[in-house]
Parts: sequence; C-alpha cells; structure tokens
Amino acid sequence: MSAKRTPRALTGDDAVGEAMRQINPDVVPAYPITPQTEIMHHFAKYVANGEVDTELICVESEHSAMSAAVGASCAGARVMTATAANGLALMWEIVYIAASTRLPIVMNVVNRALSGPINIHCDHSDSMGCRDSGWIQIYSETAQEAYEHTMMAMRIAENHDVLLPVMVCQDGFITSHSVERVDVFEDEDIKKWVGEFVPKYTLLNTDNPHTVGPLDLYDYYFEHKRQQMDAMEKAKGVIKQVFSEFEKFSGKPFDFIESYRLDDADTAIVALSSSCGTIKDVVDDLREKGQKVGLLKIRVFRPFMPEMITTALKSCKGVAILDRSASFGGFGGPIFTEVRSAFHEWKEKPHIINYIYGLGGREFTIKHAHQVFNELEEVKKGNLGIKVRSLGSRE
Amino acid sequence: MNLKELSKQEERLESGHRLCPGCALPMIARQLLHSLHGEPVVVGCATGCLEVSTTIYPYTAWKTPWIHNAFENVAATMSGAETAYRVLQKRGKIPKDKKIKFLAIGGDGGTYDIGLQSLSGTLERGHNLVYVCMDNEAYQNTGIQRSSSTPFAAATNTSPVGKIKKGKEQFKKDLTAVIAGHHIPYVAQASPHNWVDLMKKAEKAFAVEGPAFINTISPCVPGWGYKSDQTQEMARLAVDTCFWPLFEIENDVWKLNYNPGDKKEPIINWCKHQARFRHLLKPENKELLDKFQAHVDERWEWVKKQCGK
Amino acid sequence: MSGESWKEIPIGGVIEKAGNSKEYKTGSWRSNRPIHVPDKCIHCMICWIVCPDCAVKAKDGNFSHFDYDYCKGCGNCAARCPKDAIVMKTELEAQKEDEK
Repeated sequence: MSAKRTPRALTGDDAVGEAMRQINPDVVPAYPITPQTEIMHHFAKYVANGEVDTELICVESEHSAMSAAVGASCAGARVMTATAANGLALMWEIVYIAASTRLPIVMNVVNRALSGPINIHCDHSDSMGCRDSGWIQIYSETAQEAYEHTMMAMRIAENHDVLLPVMVCQDGFITSHSVERVDVFEDEDIKKWVGEFVPKYTLLNTDNPHTVGPLDLYDYYFEHKRQQMDAMEKAKGVIKQVFSEFEKFSGKPFDFIESYRLDDADTAIVALSSSCGTIKDVVDDLREKGQKVGLLKIRVFRPFMPEMITTALKSCKGVAILDRSASFGGFGGPIFTEVRSAFHEWKEKPHIINYIYGLGGREFTIKHAHQVFNELEEVKKGNLGIKVRSLGSRE
Repeated sequence: MNLKELSKQEERLESGHRLCPGCALPMIARQLLHSLHGEPVVVGCATGCLEVSTTIYPYTAWKTPWIHNAFENVAATMSGAETAYRVLQKRGKIPKDKKIKFLAIGGDGGTYDIGLQSLSGTLERGHNLVYVCMDNEAYQNTGIQRSSSTPFAAATNTSPVGKIKKGKEQFKKDLTAVIAGHHIPYVAQASPHNWVDLMKKAEKAFAVEGPAFINTISPCVPGWGYKSDQTQEMARLAVDTCFWPLFEIENDVWKLNYNPGDKKEPIINWCKHQARFRHLLKPENKELLDKFQAHVDERWEWVKKQCGK
Repeated sequence: MSGESWKEIPIGGVIEKAGNSKEYKTGSWRSNRPIHVPDKCIHCMICWIVCPDCAVKAKDGNFSHFDYDYCKGCGNCAARCPKDAIVMKTELEAQKEDEK
C-alpha cells in the first residue's frame, strides 16, 4: 500500500521548501538569488516558527554557502542548500571540493541562465557547466518531481557506497514559480523514509582525529579521482535501489530516464525538465495523427546511462537532442555530444541532430516541438543539413 | 604561563611537517594549541604555507581534527563546522557536556585579501570560534607576492624594486582595526616572541562566547630575507619599533599590552636585517624610509590614543 | 609505481592517522646543529617554546634532548637562549666531532 498523500497547490519552490521542512536537515547555509529565493523564504519561516530545528546560516555569499556546507558536512551534519545561476557559478570552486571530499550535500538548483548579460530566467547553463564536478544531477519536469527527487537525493547521497553530493534541478520560473498540484506525503512517513544520516567521518570525533583536505599531489590525487569515478559507478546501483524503494513507498515508478511512447517510434526528442511536459502533449497530438513519435526524458544526467538511453531509442531513425545550454565552439550542447557518442558502436543508429533552445528563458511551446518533429521527418531519411541548430532565436 | 608546566602538555602539531627552517607559523600554532591545555579543538586552515606544509598526503602533522577547504573560506568553513556542533548537540547526537573549541587559521593573503568577506560574514553572524591570522606580510606560499598586508616600500615579486618603483607603494592595511569595527567580544594583536602575551590572548579568545580574532606577526625567512635564527628577533623588532603594537580590545575597550616607551626603536633597526627592505639603506631612498617611519609613528600614536594613552 | 591502489586508501583524501608526519624525517635538511651545553642550562624551556619543529624534547619540565630526526637547524633556540647553553655548529663540524 502506498503512503498517504495530500494534494496541494504549490510552486516548484514551495514544493522544495516543503521537502526541506519534512527532511528537517541539521544545517542549511544559504544565500538569496532569484529564482531560488522562495525556497529560502519558506524555509526561514519554518525555522522562525519552530517547525524545523535546523540551523539556518544566512551567509554573505554563495561561495560561503557552499564553504559552510562543506564545514558542516565534514562535522557530520546533514546539510542542504539551494542556489541558481551566478550563485552556482560563484560556488564553483567549492562545488568541486564538496564532491571530492565525498560530502552528501543536497542542493536544489533552480536553473537560470548564467550572465552575461544578466538574465534571471531559465536555461541550463548553470548546472550543465558543472556536470563534470562530481555531483549527481537529477532534473525535474514538474514541482511534484522536484519534491520527490529531493527526498530521494538525500538517500542516494548519504549511502556509504556513494557519499557524493546531489543537485536536484528544476526550471527557473517555469517550474519554480508556477503553481501546480503537488501531492505531499505525511511528515512522519517522510521522516521514516529518509531516515537518519550516519556520517563516515566527523571532525567532531576529537578522540580519534583525522585530517580533511590535505595537499594531494601526483602520488595520490589520481587515486582519489579514481575513487570518485567508482562512486559514480556505484551510484548507478544505489539510485536504482532508491528509485525502487520510493516506488514501494509512493506507488510511483521512477527510472534514470522516462520513455514516453518510444516503443515503436520513428523519431524522438531527447530533453530534460519542464520542456518534456510540452513535448509529451505534442507527441500525443502527432500520435493521434498516426505519426510514430516519442520522447526520451533524461531524469538523471549524472551519472549518465548510455546503454539505457540508446536502448530506449533503438527503434528511432531520427533523433533530436534538445540542449538548453550552449557549448560555444563545441560540437553541440552537452546532452547532444554524450547521447551521440553513446551510439558510437551501434551499427544501425539513428540520425541525430541537436537543437540549442530556450536560452535566457526564451519560450519553448508546442509550436517549437512541432517544428522539431517536422524537421526530423527529413533528418530520419539521412538529410541532416545543419547538425547543430538554433531553435527559437530570431534568425 | 609557566613554560616548564606547559612543556609537560602533549604536542598537537607533530614534527615532520615541511615548513621552512625557522618558520614562525608553527611557533604560533604551537603556542595556540598549548594555550588550550589539552581541550578538544577542531582546527581549520586556509590554503597557505601552514596548510600545505603540514598536510602533504599521506602525512599530517595535526593531532587534532583538522580541515582545509580552500584559500578564501576558512572562516565560512569553520562557521559551518561550529554550527554543526551546536545543532548536533541540540539534537542529542553529541553529549551535552562535550566542549569543543574551533580555531580557524589564515595567512595575510587568506585574511586581509581573498578571505576578508568570508571572515567578516562569520564575525557578523557571531559564531563561537577563534580566528587567528598569521601575518607574514605577503603571499609567501605562492612565491612572495605583495598583499594588502605587505608593508610600505617592501620588495616582493609583484612589487619589486626597479628603476622607477621602489617596492610596495601603498601602506599596510590595518586589518585589526577593520575587525574591531565588527564589535566582537575579543580582538587582539600578538607576536610569537612574546609567548606569554600571545598565549594569554589565546586563552581569552577561546574563553569568550562568540567570535574572537587575533592577528599575529609571523616573520618569514625567505620572504623577508633574514637569517633563519632571527625569526624571534624579527618579531621582537616589529613590536619594539612599534610597527606591530601589542594590544587587545575586550568588548570594545582598547588596551595597550606593551609600550616600549623610551626604548622604541627606529624602523630602520627592523628593516636593516631584511632583504625586502635592503634598498631603504641607500641614501637616495632616504625619503622612502622617512615616509615609512612617519607612517609607523602616526599609526602608533593612533593605537595609543585608542588605548587611552 | 609504488603506493597503494585507490581501493586501499580512505575516500575523500582523508588522512586517518593523526600526526603521522613523524614518519617523514626532516632532520636531513639540517646544515647547522644545535648542541646542548648542560652546565649552562637553567631549564627555562625557552628553546622548547620557540622551536618550530617540536624538536626540543622536554622531560618533567626540564630540557631533555634535541630530536635530530626532525631538527632543521634553524637556530632560534640558540638565538633566544638566555644562558648561551645552546651552541650552533655546522653539521660537518658536528659530524666530525661525533666520529671522534
């Protein structure tokens, strides 16, 4: 029997604030940045009302937010924070250190375009920029998912086979500020499901002191990086296990990817986050018209699951990868290069093109999804044309 | 401070670290640790000489819990650790009676410059920790570059003496006064040659509720350019020339801890032992030396005035 | 290449053995050696507090010996000794005297 849920009208930020309230972490160091601010407003209110007994540290920058998160996590605390865009960029140095120190920090990233020029709206340039930082990355299509992913992130991060930080991403404003129906679990059920954090090391063990963050030169640095690679590999198994446990708890299936009407698809779009909702509508529409189209939503981008993705797309002759971030001077966006590379050994593989879209909050509507499926009709025949295209910019 | 009694305490910074012969950093670190008389302490270090030389993997010289995060964030990092301690104690995960002190250490680069914001934020938030700056007056770890703490006229690799420019053109930042502006319970300036004073200050700093800050002068053999056995003497001269006054500010009340009076030495007595000031001995640079002396005197008068002298 | 594999070391760069820097002997850096002159020593322990390398060893509050495994020969102990009870000799000199 699945756990009791109560439907509520919440924004993505509300939903994450709610998740944090239910988790009641030990320490939350945070700094305001649009469109993450609402999460912290909620959380600060919970602290002020005694609904959580977390220590909220209102630091003086995102750099200090992640620095304090590292300090608190090394001292054995369960730590959460949230940020976006330039805030994440300012943390960057310590984002890497959190991962390499193997700290299970959970951070909600409300995806927003990086400056410049300054922009407050959604794209994925912030989190995609740190895709190689050693953090697990989970992307949320809806407020509901942002809520559920946050719960699961805690369990994944704190598993001793993993001990890696996790970023739970949702689309700035599109998800973070739109009110949706979110089914919220009971506090007690979540408390029990998330469980207690048992740190592997803690600075507060003064009877058995250890050193964290030494100078690690060519003798051992590589070995420590090798351990991080291994932890990401192990994370694959742990994520699967946590997904299945959450399914038992909630009755709702989760996987690294979501295949939407892909079984016999001729053409498909690969995308992350809120755009997937729009694409699903268009897939339904085109299916009704007899077109064999589908969607592959990538939920977990780190660790990346090449076989799972290629297998899901196996029937396709034409595939469009949607990247909401640009890799200037590179061969397409980050999702494109990885998915296309995953197909390398396949003898019969689809023709794959890339769309850079939605930068700085540029709208992505059913019109754009229709355009992509339309263009895929040519692509699937091998008429690739421009391999990396721009979708929605004024040409 | 009875040295004979202190020498019976356990050393919590072990031998085998790779700081230069004659380095002042471990002298100060040992005095700080001994001032705790065995109390549990978590130490955090900013990136710098002390950090890299005491923890070259797989070796550590620290017998206390120790953390290094990055260059500019030791204060924020330790604010996180200290907060974790409070909340875990509140939640009963650590015994209520288990007392742990928190000591953050940064060099002048990590404190006066790149870490100033992180430190200021930590002090403003009122974390219960002690921050000690070990001021060796330049980015010595990266190969002697000028910082905002480098004294006037001192030569470094980014403020060299050339045909037109003669060392650093700006005066040293008065960080201790900047910190005093945070109105935290305890602020002090100290020197490792006067261990009684330094350790008393450390004891006070660890005893107060809330943040405390101690700025210590930390002579650097290669960076300042003097003989390795003169570290203690360089610290003494910094104090006796009144370049580095010893004072403390308890709850906003300034107090001068040492006044050389008639024995105040001219700044040249300090400079003449150091390669970074060698050019000041030349007659053609007398103007610079005079300017340096005038500034030292002005600052000394200001400090005395704060202390009601 | 020697050393442990990644499977054998603690994760996250943690060093579990506090104070294991003792396994690394810095005494070989020394070009000058402090020599204790017991007749002059008043056991004030100034040498102990100023030593950057914890190489002045104390016993029951008195000077015991120099730990030459770690003493880098900086000479601050000798410079601050109020009774000239520490003499600095070059390593070469000191080694020759050892051989006698």
